[in-house]
Amino acid sequence: MKWEPVIGIEVHVELETQSKMFCGCAVDFEAEPNTNVCPTCLGLPGALPVPNRKAIEWITKIGLAFNCSISERSQFHRKNYFYSDQPKNYQISQFDVPVCHDGWIDVTVDGETSRIRVNRAHMEEDTGKSIHVGESGRIHSATETLLNFNRAGVPLVEIVSEADIRSAAQARAYAQTLRTVVAALGVSDAKLEEGSIRFDANVSIRPTGTEAFGTKVEVKNMNSFRSLERAVDFEILRQADILDQGGTIDQETRHWDEGEGVTHSMRSKEGSSDYRYFPEPDLLPIEVTDEWRNEIAATLPELPAARAARYMGLGVDADSATSLAGSDALTAMFQSSLAAGAPAQVAANWLTGEVTAWSRRAAIDIADSALTGAHVAQLAGMVAANLLSSTAAKEVLGYVLAGEGDPETVAAAHDLVQINDSGALESAVDQVIGENEDQFARLAGGEDKLIGFFVGQVMRVTGGKADPRAVTDIIRSRIG
Amino acid sequence: MPIEIDIAHVARLARIELSERQLADYRAQLGVILDHAARVQELPTEGVAPTSHPLDMVNAFREDIVRPSLDRDEVLSQAPDATDGFFRVPPSLDNE
Repeated sequence: MKWEPVIGIEVHVELETQSKMFCGCAVDFEAEPNTNVCPTCLGLPGALPVPNRKAIEWITKIGLAFNCSISERSQFHRKNYFYSDQPKNYQISQFDVPVCHDGWIDVTVDGETSRIRVNRAHMEEDTGKSIHVGESGRIHSATETLLNFNRAGVPLVEIVSEADIRSAAQARAYAQTLRTVVAALGVSDAKLEEGSIRFDANVSIRPTGTEAFGTKVEVKNMNSFRSLERAVDFEILRQADILDQGGTIDQETRHWDEGEGVTHSMRSKEGSSDYRYFPEPDLLPIEVTDEWRNEIAATLPELPAARAARYMGLGVDADSATSLAGSDALTAMFQSSLAAGAPAQVAANWLTGEVTAWSRRAAIDIADSALTGAHVAQLAGMVAANLLSSTAAKEVLGYVLAGEGDPETVAAAHDLVQINDSGALESAVDQVIGENEDQFARLAGGEDKLIGFFVGQVMRVTGGKADPRAVTDIIRSRIG
Repeated sequence: MPIEIDIAHVARLARIELSERQLADYRAQLGVILDHAARVQELPTEGVAPTSHPLDMVNAFREDIVRPSLDRDEVLSQAPDATDGFFRVPPSLDNE
């Protein structure tokens, strides 16, 4: 049987506010354990939560960026469950009326764009962090659990997609697109590796061509875009295997194991009613008036999709434009390169190619590197003027990134500037011809493959600083 | 008409252990409460906006300003068990 995957993604975004969602404790993940706690976020009797205005502004901003409707009036609910990372035994969340609902984002895979609907974005609070102590460090064999409540009560926005996603690659593209939008809004540092943005996938499959949904499985614990894609791919195949053999899918939560490349069953999922949601009596409704919403809308920055479209208008190819627009650091560097006079596509190639590769290798943010837009423009100018070969240009860029100075300075210091003086090149060619008269006679006699030998010799004589194309032209002119 | 409640399920969700006698007592008492709720639900509420809060107020916010937290030693001294700045609890799984 041919199966069609049906995938929805839930994303949790930690907001980078100064203080927590319902109390004045600092949001600071570097702090010593349990130093940012108070009666409210520890759930002590009698403590009252008071919502952080900035968090409500920021979730509204997120909703607007995802083309959501903003509820004029929404409210908080208590989601009741017992787990030691939540000291109150309930999480303050939203249930029937979230702040944001019914939006969408466009997601592109292999040049094909699909609109993925966003069901809702609601406001809630994060849980504390648990450390499971035991032989393997895994939850099943833990002998005790250590709790740090510094994260408990940090503002958390959950963004829930509709089950519109149809492949693992599209799930990854959705997650990546969503992350770039959240990062562009400046409301979260949106780092997967630090858990400030977390993705869960709901995966089911159905016979291709049918409408009814299969039983869905929630997959958790993916901490990179790659592992999200792998986990969804694995889950699709696992379910197809079971159904092909006549089995049934259990509705459950499964844990992705990056090392083994498989998902493991975690626990059976409690039904929604078991959370016994009820309106949070300690909190008043949230009202986002048109006036407030418009004020917030006015603070929206240019979003990555609009930015990428603008770059494509400057002649940058679609892939590079998307990469540039998806990163604040690359965007800033690209804009300043253009301002310094670099051609758009050339700057785009350097930034999305060599510079990005260097940043990954060195694990240094482009924004923290020594590179400036003026450097990019100068480098592009030197290549265009034939002063640097493309290989030498890469080398020069490496030195610039390492902080050795601007391209002209480092190219001179490392003796990488190409000989651009035709007189000097011609005398080098003539010298090589004089030293290899036999071979030159054979070349002139039609043995054309010897041209490579002569170019190589001229490169040797010039210490690699000749432009091979110019050298070839001069040799040919000597055959005449 | 009394409403049937799976009182053992409710007790399990609340993580409380009840004797047979208590189960029976609470089943009856909760049943009375649910009967009452059912009677309230019979009232005509068409055109009446839902009330989730008795106060006619919205948007009681605080500004995003950090205030001092509690002293950790004092906090942990109130806990049954603590170590190295952490609360220490038995290992737990959600659905045991």
